[in-house]
Amino acid sequence: MRLWCAAIFLAVCSIGAADRSDAPSVVTPIVCAPVAQSATGMGSTENVNGGDLNIFHPVSPPAYEIRELAWLVFGISAVIFVVVEGVLVWSIIRFRSRDEEAGTPAGEPVQVFGSNPVELAWTIIPCIIVFVLSLATVRTIREVELEAPPAGALEVDVIGHQWWWEFQLAGAESDTRVVTANELVVPVGRPIWLTLRSADVIHSWWVPRLAGKTDVIPNHVNHTWFQAESIGTYLGQCAEYCGTQHANMLLRVRVVTGDEFIAWQVAQSRPPVDSASGVAGKALFLQLACMNCHAIDGVSTGSFGPNLTHLMSRETIGAGVAPLNPKTLRMWVDDPQNLKEGCNMPSLKLDSAQLDAVVAYLLTLK
Amino acid sequence: MTLSHSHPTTPAEGTQTLGARLHGWAVTVDHKRLGILYVCFGLFFFVVAGIEAAIMRAQLAQAAGKVVDPATFNQLFTMHGTTMVFLVGMPILLGMGNYLIPLMVGARDMAFPRLNAFGLWLFVFGAGLLYYSYVGAQGLYGDSAAPDVGWFAYAPLTNKTFSRGNSTDYWILGIMVSGFGSITTAINLLTTILAMRCPGMTLMRMPLMGWMMLVVSVLVIIAIPVLTGAQIMLLLDRSLGMHFFDTQNGGSSILWQHLFWFFGHPEVYILILPAFGFISEVIPVFSRKVIFGYPLMVAATVSIGFISLGVWAHHMFAIGMPPALNAFFAASTFLIAVPTGIKIFNWIGTMVGGRIIFATPMLFATAFVAMFIFGGLTGVMLAVVPFTWQLSDSYFVVGHFHYVLFGGTVFGIFSGFFYWFPKATGRMLSERLGKWFFWLLFAGFNLTFFPMHISGILGMPRRIYMYQPDRGLELWNMLSSIGVIIQAIAIVIFIWNVVVSLRKGRAAGDDPWNAWTLEWSTKSPPPEWNFDQVPTVGSARPLWDAKNPSDPDSHHERTA
Amino acid sequence: MWRPSRGKVGMICLIAAESCIFLTFVVAYLFYIGKSATGPQPAVLGLGLVIVNSIALFSSSFTVVAAVRALQRGQQSVCWRWLAATICLGAFFVCGTGFEWNGLMHEHTLYPSTNLFGTTFYSLVGLHLFHVIVGLMLLSTVLVLGLTGCVKSRHAHAFDLVSWYWHFVDAVWVVVFVTVYVIGR
Repeated sequence: MRLWCAAIFLAVCSIGAADRSDAPSVVTPIVCAPVAQSATGMGSTENVNGGDLNIFHPVSPPAYEIRELAWLVFGISAVIFVVVEGVLVWSIIRFRSRDEEAGTPAGEPVQVFGSNPVELAWTIIPCIIVFVLSLATVRTIREVELEAPPAGALEVDVIGHQWWWEFQLAGAESDTRVVTANELVVPVGRPIWLTLRSADVIHSWWVPRLAGKTDVIPNHVNHTWFQAESIGTYLGQCAEYCGTQHANMLLRVRVVTGDEFIAWQVAQSRPPVDSASGVAGKALFLQLACMNCHAIDGVSTGSFGPNLTHLMSRETIGAGVAPLNPKTLRMWVDDPQNLKEGCNMPSLKLDSAQLDAVVAYLLTLK
Repeated sequence: MTLSHSHPTTPAEGTQTLGARLHGWAVTVDHKRLGILYVCFGLFFFVVAGIEAAIMRAQLAQAAGKVVDPATFNQLFTMHGTTMVFLVGMPILLGMGNYLIPLMVGARDMAFPRLNAFGLWLFVFGAGLLYYSYVGAQGLYGDSAAPDVGWFAYAPLTNKTFSRGNSTDYWILGIMVSGFGSITTAINLLTTILAMRCPGMTLMRMPLMGWMMLVVSVLVIIAIPVLTGAQIMLLLDRSLGMHFFDTQNGGSSILWQHLFWFFGHPEVYILILPAFGFISEVIPVFSRKVIFGYPLMVAATVSIGFISLGVWAHHMFAIGMPPALNAFFAASTFLIAVPTGIKIFNWIGTMVGGRIIFATPMLFATAFVAMFIFGGLTGVMLAVVPFTWQLSDSYFVVGHFHYVLFGGTVFGIFSGFFYWFPKATGRMLSERLGKWFFWLLFAGFNLTFFPMHISGILGMPRRIYMYQPDRGLELWNMLSSIGVIIQAIAIVIFIWNVVVSLRKGRAAGDDPWNAWTLEWSTKSPPPEWNFDQVPTVGSARPLWDAKNPSDPDSHHERTA
Repeated sequence: MWRPSRGKVGMICLIAAESCIFLTFVVAYLFYIGKSATGPQPAVLGLGLVIVNSIALFSSSFTVVAAVRALQRGQQSVCWRWLAATICLGAFFVCGTGFEWNGLMHEHTLYPSTNLFGTTFYSLVGLHLFHVIVGLMLLSTVLVLGLTGCVKSRHAHAFDLVSWYWHFVDAVWVVVFVTVYVIGR
């Protein structure tokens, strides 16, 4: 029992210590792995999916509010835990029968059938505690759960698919639309209003450091929001079991400066540029089944799989199963099932030359 | 109360052929034999589901583990959850109720003995259907072998479009059939409790276990049919092309969630209340004190039953309910903590001032209280809606409900098992092995499930067949997996203990624990007719009255 | 000391459990009212036939009470007559519903898989119909046993419980009727 209490204490301390990330402690590296650098160089072998997803490290108001409430709840629970377990342990030690080995105890202890004042006390005190918790809960619900977009919000449509994310947002000009997948790029400091829809089954949007989760439900539109306060890449993943590859339905939110965001928007709004290296592959793309599922601006309009117009601007492939580089791209096109077993994209059984051509074409989609 | 010592004899089991004995067990309508069968089947599936869990923990011991493929992993957690809830928790708890309730209320059998046998075999058949899916579900599609939709089978993942083959149909039918079994058992228990009590046993003189099983039966009768109804709808969707949960044609996946959790939350109390009942019998006997605050315990039990019907949507805080609904379900969930807390305080109040004997049943009972406090507190945390927005469907929740269902229900079951084993078999379990079992299980349990809370806080969703390296999850998952090994050793010791004690255990006698309720007044094991003479009681502790004639409980009866 | 009869408690429990199943389907029906985008809408339901049907079912509750009373008084042959009348009224209801469904399927092409209205309508009314059939089977068993001379007036208590089930089936029809033909139409 005491060991167990010590374990809890250690764990709570380690989370608490990790919370003050400006004051590093010994346990921090265990609880919170260093935030992975975004994989800028292609062919980089570092793990693009490593990073910090601790709910106690918020960088956005909803997550921040929830952390504050969580500390309050943890605090109250810890006090109750220590008091009640303490009394339990005390009574175990104090009232343990000493003549256990000697057989039956000498006589029965005094029989106490109950006590109205005591029972009343331990009915009323919990009532008061849960009343306080209710008030705190309602207050935070009101602050976090918004009914309408905050002023000046950037609106993003999020569509969950088995097993990848589609994002749609306004392009550089008023009539263009940026459609991308698995990796959301947003400006720092601006509220982001997400409209969540599903194309098939229930998924759940969860980027712990930005906000709590909101389910993505077919036939039902949900909203959530966040406002990242510092630049960086924030990781998350689908949090509602959605089928075979639920585990590899990863999310990345790249928070960049306002200028970088506008530059990104402009780049994403441009149609792809044809180049000599992609001609053969583009023909294959149109000729094979690729175009039925994948859209490329001005080339194809399939919508079952991710939009590939600016494929090479993304950091990962297959909703995060691997960093995106020519090698993984080739592996993926060869047979997606090798990287992501059970995903909905079949192998097209291309021969080596076809594979090279298609990959060469895809590499031009910057 | 006097006991005659000359029983008319039935042919001793040892002289019968194996076939005759098996036939006897198959056609029995005796509540004690049926109860034992329930517990045996339940323990068998406990081992099966435990093995499923162990394979999952092996897969998750390391990031990006390669022990099983994703489809198999998804089947494993579906079968593990479904089995533990429907084929382990329900049969063992209802089965122990089946064994004990007639003995405790001084009846000769359950109210409807043949219905009782029917219920057992429905359960066995349902369990068989569920596991037959491993063989038969592939159908002509060659698709997934066993159900892989999770134990709460959220629509539309269960739709024909997303779940091909027949595995989901086996899930529906297996659970539905065993659910019918549970309903018949609940009707039987409720009727026995209300209509078969011996003379003098008013409702307020029942052992607390009787009250717990009464409330559980009511919850089963209300909750299970709702699941059955929802499953019928799903079956109609899948087989007749109806659209209840078909989101492509206007159906609602949220309706399934409401119906499922309207069953699912009372189900949690169905699984914990009988364990509360066991604990409420064990703690007084081993503290040598009467239960503290009997009327308040009864009131708390009944109010838990009521409130548990109004909290279901706290499983759905992330679906985007309006703030007012979120606040309502948070408040009702907080409210249920009050009667639950009262129970814990009353158990501790019973121990205070007692002379506590730490035999194995009491070790488990104490651990139950300690673990349930922890699981209860994380439950209160999860009632805080915004907190749940972060942590629902994460490993924090997995940790939470294992503290409640393993640290609570399973510890309660083992407490009751060690307590009543001598009554059911006439032999004591080994205390030495029992203590080894307890301490290993206790250590392994905490090592497995405590780190899960931390994994959840670090952003690990549940039901993933692999997690990403370098998110700080490796250590905690490794600890969880190591804990499973310790638990497995403990379970092996337990099985060994049962096997050895059945053959060579110390003879128990009628009343090895010096206890106070009616089941200890008859032989161990009890004769088929339970009591030679139907007893008459004057208080909630008839044997106390008999043993302490100078100070019978009836002098102290309080009116609530 | 309060100790009710076990037959009554058992039957009340069974009825409670059944009510919960019905409640599930009623909730689903109410939830999906007006949610069918295409196909026939509830307006295709006619009231005439169903009112005649309902009168038959409701009056069967009275005939079954008369049958139970007769058995309690020891007038077996009167009992069988009332019981036979009950069964006929119940059978009339089953046939009437079949007739109604036939019309819906062939004139209005409303099938269970047509739209959400078809789904919820056929499942709710069908679930009730299933219970009427089970009730008829129970009553027929009593009648057959009675005509072969196995039922005596000391069995009146058991027969009374069967009649409770039949009343329950009637009471559910009130709810189904209000849901489908009053609120939903």
